[in-house]
Amino acid sequence: MLTLAHFLTLGAILFSLSVAGIFINRKNVIILLMCLELMLLAVNMNFVAFSRFIGNLDGQVFVFFILTVAAAEAAIGLAILVVLFRSRRTINVAELDDLKG
Amino acid sequence: MIVQELIFYVFSIVMVLAAGAVITVRNPVYAALFLVLTFFTAAAIWMLLEAEFLAIVLVVVYVGAVMVLFLFVVMMLDINIDTMKEGFIRYLPVALVVAVAMAAELLMVIWSKGRFGVEAFPIPPPNPVGYSNTRALGELLYTEYLLPFEVAGVILLVAIIAAIALTLRKRTGIKTQDPAKQVRTRRDESVRLVKMKSEKPQGG
Repeated sequence: MLTLAHFLTLGAILFSLSVAGIFINRKNVIILLMCLELMLLAVNMNFVAFSRFIGNLDGQVFVFFILTVAAAEAAIGLAILVVLFRSRRTINVAELDDLKG
Repeated sequence: MIVQELIFYVFSIVMVLAAGAVITVRNPVYAALFLVLTFFTAAAIWMLLEAEFLAIVLVVVYVGAVMVLFLFVVMMLDINIDTMKEGFIRYLPVALVVAVAMAAELLMVIWSKGRFGVEAFPIPPPNPVGYSNTRALGELLYTEYLLPFEVAGVILLVAIIAAIALTLRKRTGIKTQDPAKQVRTRRDESVRLVKMKSEKPQGG
């Protein structure tokens, strides 16, 4: 039978995978943004699972707001990325060191 | 019950494999498509958790809007894939160590005795026939969470304005029409009346 621990395990594995993704894709800002989306998905998975097993809908409302903020974050992040690429012709994180003293 | 477990395991395996592909494939377009697959299977698992509204919102908003935005940006930028993956091997060991340590810690907490098992959180009964998840969520959202709901609207508005303001650019030195100027124009700006004597026909 499916207990709460099963769903939490899935969220934990997803979260760890996205952390690993942030480590190994240090060059590519687009993949980094995708890893952030994966992290938020893992958190949302936990919220939905708890909401179901506690029998309280507040968790799902919270997921709704997280989705809203994540969409706004993706839109602004990609806009910054486009502006960055337009001025620097690269999205390599290692080359973005203008603010280094 | 066994069907539910089967669905859960199949979708979980697909989801973990797709998430692994997102972080390892070379091409960002494939990464975006694997992320779509991940969100899709997540929506299926949320269906299993009887969160129907959020499952469909995940498909519509994420797969339909955010991932298409990602794909647009990936294809607009001319990325050199080869330079993007250098350092992959270099950072792989530390990534594995951190990820495995983190997963082990989380799993130790989750599976420790009596914390999140069936005795602490018994299996909830399925929702009765005629129960609408969307309706219940809407009633909560428009009463108790009305102010946060409106704040979320403001956040989306800010995101729209920020995205447009960031990417809007004025190019100089090109010939364009200015419709506002065209509409505003008046008769005396474009028509000039010239007083002159009438001409006589030649040799008339």
